[in-house]
This record gives sequence, C-alpha cells and structure tokens, in this order.
Amino acid sequence: MTRLTKMLPLVVLAVLILLPYSTVGLPGVFEGSLNSPGTLQMLAICLVFGGLALGYDLLFGRAGLLSFGHALYIAAGAYGTDILVSHAHWPLWAAVAATVPAVAVLAALLGAVALRTTGIAFAMVTLAFAQVGWIVVNRDPGGLTGGEEGLPLDSAGLPASLVGVANTVNLYWVALAFLLVVVVVVHGIDRAPLGRVLTGLRDDERRVSVLGLSAYRLKLGTFVLAGALAALGGAVHALIVGGASPHLASADLTLSLIVMAVLGGAGTRWGAVVGGVVYAYLDQRLTQVGGALPGPLSQPLFILGTLFVLAVYFAPGGLTGVLKRRGRFA
Amino acid sequence: MSTVILLTLTGLGLAALYFLIASGLSLVFGLAGVLNFAHGLFLSVGAYATWWAAPRWGLAVAVPLGIAAGAATGALVEVVLIRPLYKRPTEQVLVTVGLSLAGVALLQSVWGADPRTYPRPAWAAQVTTIGSAQVPDDRFLLIGTAVAVLLALLLFLHKTRYGLVIRAGVENRDMVSALGIDVRRAFTLVFAIGGALAGTAGVLGGMYFGSVSPGQGASLLIFAFIVVVIGGLGSVTGSAVAAVVVGLLQQFVNYYGAAGAGDVSVVALLALVLLLRPSGLARTAVTA
Amino acid sequence: MILEVRDLSVRLGGSHILQGVTFDVPPAGVTALLGRNGVGKTTTLRAILGEVPATGAVEFGGEPVLGRATHKIVRSGLGYVPEDRCVFGGLTVAENLRLAVRGADPDYDTVHELFPELRARAGQRAGTLSGGQQQMVAIARVLLNRNRLLLVDEPTKGLAPAVVSAVAAVLGRVAEQVPILLVEQNLAVVRRLAAGAVVLEAGRVAWTGAASDLLGDAGRTRTLLGVGRS
Repeated sequence: MTRLTKMLPLVVLAVLILLPYSTVGLPGVFEGSLNSPGTLQMLAICLVFGGLALGYDLLFGRAGLLSFGHALYIAAGAYGTDILVSHAHWPLWAAVAATVPAVAVLAALLGAVALRTTGIAFAMVTLAFAQVGWIVVNRDPGGLTGGEEGLPLDSAGLPASLVGVANTVNLYWVALAFLLVVVVVVHGIDRAPLGRVLTGLRDDERRVSVLGLSAYRLKLGTFVLAGALAALGGAVHALIVGGASPHLASADLTLSLIVMAVLGGAGTRWGAVVGGVVYAYLDQRLTQVGGALPGPLSQPLFILGTLFVLAVYFAPGGLTGVLKRRGRFA
Repeated sequence: MSTVILLTLTGLGLAALYFLIASGLSLVFGLAGVLNFAHGLFLSVGAYATWWAAPRWGLAVAVPLGIAAGAATGALVEVVLIRPLYKRPTEQVLVTVGLSLAGVALLQSVWGADPRTYPRPAWAAQVTTIGSAQVPDDRFLLIGTAVAVLLALLLFLHKTRYGLVIRAGVENRDMVSALGIDVRRAFTLVFAIGGALAGTAGVLGGMYFGSVSPGQGASLLIFAFIVVVIGGLGSVTGSAVAAVVVGLLQQFVNYYGAAGAGDVSVVALLALVLLLRPSGLARTAVTA
Repeated sequence: MILEVRDLSVRLGGSHILQGVTFDVPPAGVTALLGRNGVGKTTTLRAILGEVPATGAVEFGGEPVLGRATHKIVRSGLGYVPEDRCVFGGLTVAENLRLAVRGADPDYDTVHELFPELRARAGQRAGTLSGGQQQMVAIARVLLNRNRLLLVDEPTKGLAPAVVSAVAAVLGRVAEQVPILLVEQNLAVVRRLAAGAVVLEAGRVAWTGAASDLLGDAGRTRTLLGVGRS
C-alpha cells in the first residue's frame, strides 16, 4: 500500500507526459480526443491552476497565512510578461526572467507591511493591496494593460514553437513543467527542516519564536517565494490563453484559489494540486455545458461555491482527506 | 468652490454607503469574530428585493422589504451556516467565501449579469442649489440615512440590554458567557442588524448608482473592509469616522488626480495606518 | 457535596493538560485548589464552567453539568471570578455590574456595603480603575446574584499587600454565605481562608485534605507547592 502510494505520483506523471500522444476520446469528459488542441489547452489550464493552488497552499495550508491578495502576484506575472513582450518587444524568456524577480520584490515590499498584522487583519490588508492591482489593471494606465479587454500577447515576440493551434501541445508541456517546478519547490520545503518550522508557525507562533527564529522573517520569506511562484504561473497562464485579462487580478481569483486548496485538502502533499486541477476542470467544463443546465446550475460558480460550502462542513480534509479515509477502510 | 461643495457632498454620500456596510461588518467581526465575505451578498439581496418589489407595490413597501430581506438573509446565514462552526474561525471565513461566490452566481442566474435600472423616488432625482453648486438630492438621502442609522445604532448599543451585551461581547465574549448570558443569541442579532444595514446600503446604492448588478456588493465590500480596519474592528463610531475620511479622500483624489488615483490613495492610507499603529490594530483584532 | 469532580480530563492542542482529576467541594467554606504554575488549576475551573472541552463527570448540586453550555451552567448558580479579573474595560462600572445581573432581584446592598467605592465610581470606565478596584468589580459581579458556589481564580494576583488583605477579608465574609473554590498562590491568604485543600500536580490530584494539615507541614508544602517558606 505504501509503496503504491509512493509510486502513484510517478505513474500520474508518466500518464501526463504520454497523454498528448493518445487519440482516445472520453465523450462527456472532454469534447475532443485527448490530443486535440481544445482538450490540451483545457488540460494545460488545469495543470497551471494545480501549480497556482499548490503555491498558494504554501501560504495558506503550510504557513497558515490566510492571504486574500494572491491574485495580485499572478496578475503581475501575467501582465509583466505580456507588457514586456507585446509593448517592449522583449524575447519571452527575458520577459519572464525580468518579471518573476520583480514580482518577488513587490511581494517583499507589500508583505513587509501586511505581515505586521496577523489573522483576519492580514487577510483584509492583502485583499486591499490586491484591489489596487485590480483597479490599476482595469484603468489601463498609458494603454499598457488594455483595461477591461485585457492585453493580448503579441505572438511576434514568441518562439515559433509556442505559436499556433498545432503547437498547443508545447503549451501543455510548459504548463506541466510549471506544475513540476512548484511541486519540487513546495515538497522540497516540506521535507526540509524549514517545512516543520513553517507548520510550527501555523500551529503556534510562540513555539517558533522560542526556537530563536524570527517568525516575521520566516513568514516574509514564504510570502515572497509564494509570490514568485505565482508570478511564474501568471506568465505561463498568459502564454496558454494568449494574453492577460483583468480577471487574473480579481479578488474572485484569490477566492477560487482558497476554494481549490480547501476542496483538495489544505496543507497536504497533493491536496491543493488535486483541488486546483479539479476546480479548473469543472469551471471550464461547466461553462461548456452550462447552457444546457436549468436555472442556477448554469452558473459554474454556483455549483463550485455550493460544493465548497458543503466540503467545509462534511469533508474537512478535502478530496484527498476523503480518499485517504476511503483507502484506510477499504 | 462649487466643485468643492459637490465633491464634499458626493464624498459624504459615498462615505454613507461605506459606513452602512462597514458598521455591520465591524459589529459582526467584533462580536462573533467572523470576517464576513457574504456581507456583499446581504447587500445584493436587499437591493434586488427592492428592485423586484418596487414596480409591484411601490417604493414605500419595497424599501422596507429590501431591508427586511437583508436582515433575514443575515440571520439565516448565521443560524444555518456560521453557528455550527463556532470556535473554528477559518472555516467560518471559508463558508462565507463560498456563500459569496455561490450567492452572486445565483442572483446572476435569476436576473442576469447586466446592470438593471434602479427605481428611485422622484425627488431624489432633482438637484438642490447650494452656493453655486448643483447637488443631486440623492446625496442628501444617503447622508441623512447614514446619520440616522449612526444615531440609532449608538442609542441601541448604549441604552439597551442587548447593546450592553454586544459591547461587552466585542471585548471578551467568553466572559459574557461566564456571566450566564447566551452570547450566541447576540450573534444572530448582529448578523440581522448587519444584514439590515447592508440591505439599506444596497437599496441606497442602487438609487445612487442608478442601477443594480449581482457583483455590486462585492466591489463596495472591499472598501468597506478597508474602512473597518482603519476604524478599528468592532467600533461603530470608528467605522463612521473612517468612512468619512475614506469617502472624501477617494472623491477628491479621483477628481484632482489621475483616474483611479483616489482608490489607490485609500489603500495607501490603509498601509500608513498599519505602519503607524500595527500593534494597536493587531491588539484590536486579537481581543475582539 | 456541592461540587463533585470525577476523572476530569482535558486535552488542548495535543497536550494532555488534565489527566483524570477527582475531588469534592463541600457546601460551606473555602476549598483551596493549589499547585505549582501550569499544573492545570485554571483549566480545571474552566472545564467545570464548560469553557474548554473535557471528559469525565462534573456534578454541581447533584446535577451533571459537563457538556452543557457555559451560560446555562452559570445560571444554575455558579459564580466565576476569573484570573486577571476580565472586567470590561470599555464599559462603566455600573454597566459592568448591570451586565452581570441574572435575576429580577440583584443584591446591590451587599455590593455597596462591601465596596462603597464602586458606588462612587459607577460612571467611570472600568478600564481606568486600579487593579484592586477591578478586582472589586469582578467579585461584585458574582455577589449580585444568588449563587450556590463561587469559582475564584487568583484574586490577589498582582495586588499591593494592603489590597490583598482587603480582598481576603471580603472573600472571608462572602464565604460565610456561599462556598468558594479558590485558586490562590498566596499561602497566607490560603491559610486565612481555606478549610480544605486540593493539590494538583501535572494534571492529577496529588493530595487532598485539610488546609491546615498541608500548610502546617513545611516539608509537604515544599514538595507539593514548591515553596520553602510558609
């Protein structure tokens, strides 16, 4: 059983790597065959959200920081990359390489202020900071962000292998690579002594302070790392959907990250990843089939929000918690 | 001069909306310890109830109905969803998050995502001349209502037994229970009051903006959060003062500065307050 | 016995704070609950009050109370004077007292007789009172109602010696009317007030008996309470 559990992530990875070579269709689950561009793009978005949710869970599930402003860093990554590529005509790699550290600096500055508060006040402050991002993006300063329409990514600045419907598969690889990066980073932290210190921080801050570690610096470091991962994810997201949209900066996006982490099982190894993938899949799939459903069921957020509320009551450990319990009793 | 008068009264009108939302949020958080993301939903429910009822029965019935709908939603949410999670604050926040997502989607499925024209009394559409400024009368409606609500709330908090329980509960609710008082009944009450005030804000906001849409509550809610933090969690008077500061700052900077600068300056103010008295804020947050 | 505590256990955040505490409180006089810092005295009181989840059994006046809501347990006649007093600093003295009134017939006479100062300071915010005055408010709160037992947690902590003696005198007079379970570090106060004593050690009862037997034996006092002088 334990050996199987250990192998399972590798098996899933192998399946994910081989998936674009499959022409199998899953009617009802996906509209086209697995290797059709539509399905691959949908899967790529799911993988990106898996990574984004796990990055968020570094804050929420591991360090116990209830940030309501994570969308800011995702949007900063997406818009930063997009603006450098589309307006300044930088090559993609340079744009990403410049944007991610810049966003990390932004996270350090804002985190330094926000982390002076704790608990609910911290949640409110991060929310307020992110709201500024949302306002700025929507106001389209100097024509940079494209306002409510968003900013399409100028394909002239992209490598040819990432342009065009035929190359959707490459975007899928990029998304998978991003998810891998986040998993490696976050699980690396989990295994390192730092991980135990972080969860110690979540459970009882005083205990960590007693150990002679500065709780503030630890939290700030985590905040910055999570911000950098978010920025990378934002850039990948912009690449996959072909631009940055104001929705990335909205409070709703952060709320959905929380939903993903909790639905999957916050603070667990794979919970947030599973939650992110499942949420992103349902969100897209329900939008596709939504028109056919009656009344409120036509709204993906109604179904997801309701599911989430039910999960908080009846499945406190999230999806992975439920599976684990099943596994134990089966 | 006329611009200053108009900006001041418009800023105060906005402050009135912020106060109506923030005072309820602040009381709910101060007493029950719940950061209520569903507060925007209470607002939307109130706004839509009045919008729906006005063409049928007229505003005289529709407005009280909207306020009552907000109050009922607040009380219902507390009893059904929040109460079972007592002493689990993170889960409570999560539930209100889920509720706000699902609730807005529900409203959207019934009335669509597009803004609907909002009814208002004929006199609120007129203007009054003050000095050289032409001030729309709806500003006075908003300001007048907020002042009346503030006075009524203060009277309630300081002159009634329930008000006493709420003020004490904001300081230390465990001790209120240890005096033999069922403090949870007061929780339901503050949710109902918060819902009623949010419903009022929904109705007035609809009249002020001239339209209502499902997401309206959520966008006002964020500024109300800022008002709550600046004003001090759990303090009604603090909310009133902070609402005025935020409303005026936002209006004036938006007019004289770049587009959106007013909104940004409000957040800058928040950061400033946090930097100057972080422990003060944290202390409020912890003891409340 | 007015209060019977049987096998009371409390776990908080993974640590087993109380591990089967058993003792009785007789229906008259002062019973002292003693022990070194962190042995679970305050937790015992809070578990009796239903403020922390506990297992075991607690009978108050012959009725099981464990698992009931705090406000219901208190209303059945249990007064609580918490550690650090917990008066409401933003409320006036009069409001603090009014909040505590449970029945239709609050005993303001006793309160004003014992604490004439509180009448003079009725309009003052409790947060601006001295520690001793706040302790008066905290004790006055339980005297307004007809209680069958008082739980009093470290009433002399942080007070000036003269005030300690005044508080002890008040508790002595109160104990003539209603039994008290008293947590107290000041052994002089214990000696003056308590008839019975229960000593906790690491979440268990280590010793039960007459307070004079405990305090009269310097060796026993030292082993159980960790204090040399009496």
